[in-house]
Amino acid sequence: MGLISFSKRTFKHGVHPPENKQGTAGSAIRQFAFAPEIILPVVQHLGAPSEIVVREKQEVVRGQLLAKASGYVSVPLHSPVSGVVHKIGNVPILSGKMVPGLHIRPFPASGQEAIEGEPIDVESATAEEILQGIQDAGIVGLGGAAFPTHVKLKVPDGKECKTLMLNGIECEPFLTTDHRVMLEQESDIMLGIRYLMKATGAPKAIIGIEANKKDAAIHLSKHIPKDLPVTIQVVPVKYPQGSEKMLITSVLGIEVPSGGLPIDVGVVVINIATAAEIGRLLPYGRGIQERVITITGPGVIDKGNYLMPVGTPLRFALEKVGIKGSIREVYMGGPMMGMAVSNLDISITKGTSGVVVFTEKDVKQNQKIFPCINCGACVDACPIFLNPSKLGILAKAEAYDEMEAQHHLMDCFECGSCSYVCPSNIPLVQQFRLSKGIVRKRKASQKVA
Amino acid sequence: MEGKVLHISTSPHLVKGTSTVDIMRNVVYALLPVAAYAIFAFGINALLVLTAAVASCVITEHVLCKWSGKETTISDWSAVITGLLFGLTLPPSFPLWMVVLGGMVSIALGKFVFGGLGYNVFNPALVGRAFLQAAFPVAITTWTEPFAISRFSTVGSSLMALPFMEPVFDAMSGATPLSAWKFDKVAVETQDLALGLVSGSTGETSAIVILLAGLYLIGRKMMNWRIPVAILATVFTLSFVLNFLNPESYPTPLFMLFSGGLMLGAVFMATDMVGSPITSLGVVIYGTVIGLLVVVIRIWGGLPEGVMYAILIGNAIAPQIDRVIQHRVYGTKKIAS
Repeated sequence: MGLISFSKRTFKHGVHPPENKQGTAGSAIRQFAFAPEIILPVVQHLGAPSEIVVREKQEVVRGQLLAKASGYVSVPLHSPVSGVVHKIGNVPILSGKMVPGLHIRPFPASGQEAIEGEPIDVESATAEEILQGIQDAGIVGLGGAAFPTHVKLKVPDGKECKTLMLNGIECEPFLTTDHRVMLEQESDIMLGIRYLMKATGAPKAIIGIEANKKDAAIHLSKHIPKDLPVTIQVVPVKYPQGSEKMLITSVLGIEVPSGGLPIDVGVVVINIATAAEIGRLLPYGRGIQERVITITGPGVIDKGNYLMPVGTPLRFALEKVGIKGSIREVYMGGPMMGMAVSNLDISITKGTSGVVVFTEKDVKQNQKIFPCINCGACVDACPIFLNPSKLGILAKAEAYDEMEAQHHLMDCFECGSCSYVCPSNIPLVQQFRLSKGIVRKRKASQKVA
Repeated sequence: MEGKVLHISTSPHLVKGTSTVDIMRNVVYALLPVAAYAIFAFGINALLVLTAAVASCVITEHVLCKWSGKETTISDWSAVITGLLFGLTLPPSFPLWMVVLGGMVSIALGKFVFGGLGYNVFNPALVGRAFLQAAFPVAITTWTEPFAISRFSTVGSSLMALPFMEPVFDAMSGATPLSAWKFDKVAVETQDLALGLVSGSTGETSAIVILLAGLYLIGRKMMNWRIPVAILATVFTLSFVLNFLNPESYPTPLFMLFSGGLMLGAVFMATDMVGSPITSLGVVIYGTVIGLLVVVIRIWGGLPEGVMYAILIGNAIAPQIDRVIQHRVYGTKKIAS
């Protein structure tokens, strides 16, 4: 069997938004400058906020622990620069909230050497030690969800990981982060896969890549070590294939049970850039200090893929790359699932896979909402075969219980394919997001009562 | 760098770009050649009937919107579609005051009382026609021959009949192929049917023009091709079997396909998204039911033509089809109910 296979199989339904990757797919990863002030919120991951362990005016070294994990579902935060903790206070984050955070001013003339911790040797370390090492390095899913990776890798008792799936799909339009990582960080990826296979006990690994990144697939296939049971599967381009469930269906032809996790079918899915980060950090016991980000969109002058210190203020980043015209919308993450930024004073966090800038003339026009005409475009788009049209009508009628009990509302993972195709501009996925929140809240209050 | 103000919207931040108005406008484009052929075949009479139908529907929609204090919805083109479809189902010599009345009923009873575009249960144009069929059974079954020499120079006297007066029809009335077959067992050449060289409603004469217009919409992905295919395949298969068993009493499948309002109904009426089911399997069932009903009504029913009632019944059962036929949700084994 070859190391690389080109498959025609893909998940059912889905959509084909314009890819818009040509602007940055060919540009190599470049180091980004240090901002004069780095702003680090303690909430950069899903789970409990990190606990700050430094004080104001304290001098810190690049790589030093700034905040420790405050529980199992939590990760520590390391300093991306050598400098001084200028201030500890509330800082804005993407959601619009203010959370505790640190302002760090880098020393202008510093060499910025990073300190390192306890190395984790891939040969001698146990699975537990690797998981601990991954948590200590502050690693979260770099694809955008920012869920602590060590939690995701922990195979529950009674379950078995038969396949480690590396997610190199990157189905979001505009983003080329994973594409460049696959082209430029092949040895980090392979070493990362070794750590990951050991941590999960998976006997084999498959890298899933979309056909618009064949160059990356071929490049990686040339660098698979002889003793590593890794294969690459190239699948047709379709959104939202980067979702874990869709990726598993495309590559393995099986479905993850409703309400279940990939491990229920013996799979653990890890983003390819996260694997590269693990391979780069763990051998030296380092923590995450920087990540690769695509800064692109019609409003950006110097589009590219940048290795950017975590905590770089968004405003600084945009000033550096240059903006033409007036900014109208800025998205953290891709334009399909990413969030619109309400405040340019937030910073790049571990979960930021890209920044997309739209100017006045690029934002979606003609937002008038028409009634549902029952055209069925959403039904044919939904990758998990829901009936968004019906769910939308029920949401309008505030029939949340019926949405959940009879129409599988909670299975919706908010990919937005329904809203993307809707000719009537009905904000379907937004209604579902709200409805899911209401259902969750009701359930929580029922438990209390 | 910053514009006036950062715009916040919810994901996805991209839209595919085909809007409901685009779909409606393209249906109008597709109907234009059908209307043009109707005018070519029936002359000024057809032009007047179609104009009155569209004007009546659009004005009724506008007035009702204003009346109920809503923003007018005529700019979404759906009232124009209803008007055109409604006009195309009428005989070319139909009195204009009845056309206007039917158009008002189409929009008011077929669409507006349900809540407007997207909420109607039945195809509004067919609601209007069903009303006329009940109210004026003679006028709606009085036909003129196509391609009359004087069709561009004279207006049929029946068109200008005063409201509630008995209309006087011109002498040259011809039976439609379906009624000729039904009541006199006379079958018309399929070739004449396909080209529209027969009498009938303004828009139901040329099957070929209708099919081409439908292909345009299917090509633009603005029509679910499964619906006309299911209807036509069902009609063809069933009438093929009947004709095979007894060619004396049952017409040929091609006659069944190309006669009457079947093409117009299958391509433009049954495919109304609002009144048809939402899943692919659902529309196939819906189309099959309509096809069956068309054959049953035509052959065993009291009327020569059954397309209108078949589609109205199809509209009525569409929500029930959607209730039963649902996609199996990803990651579940059983069919969700």
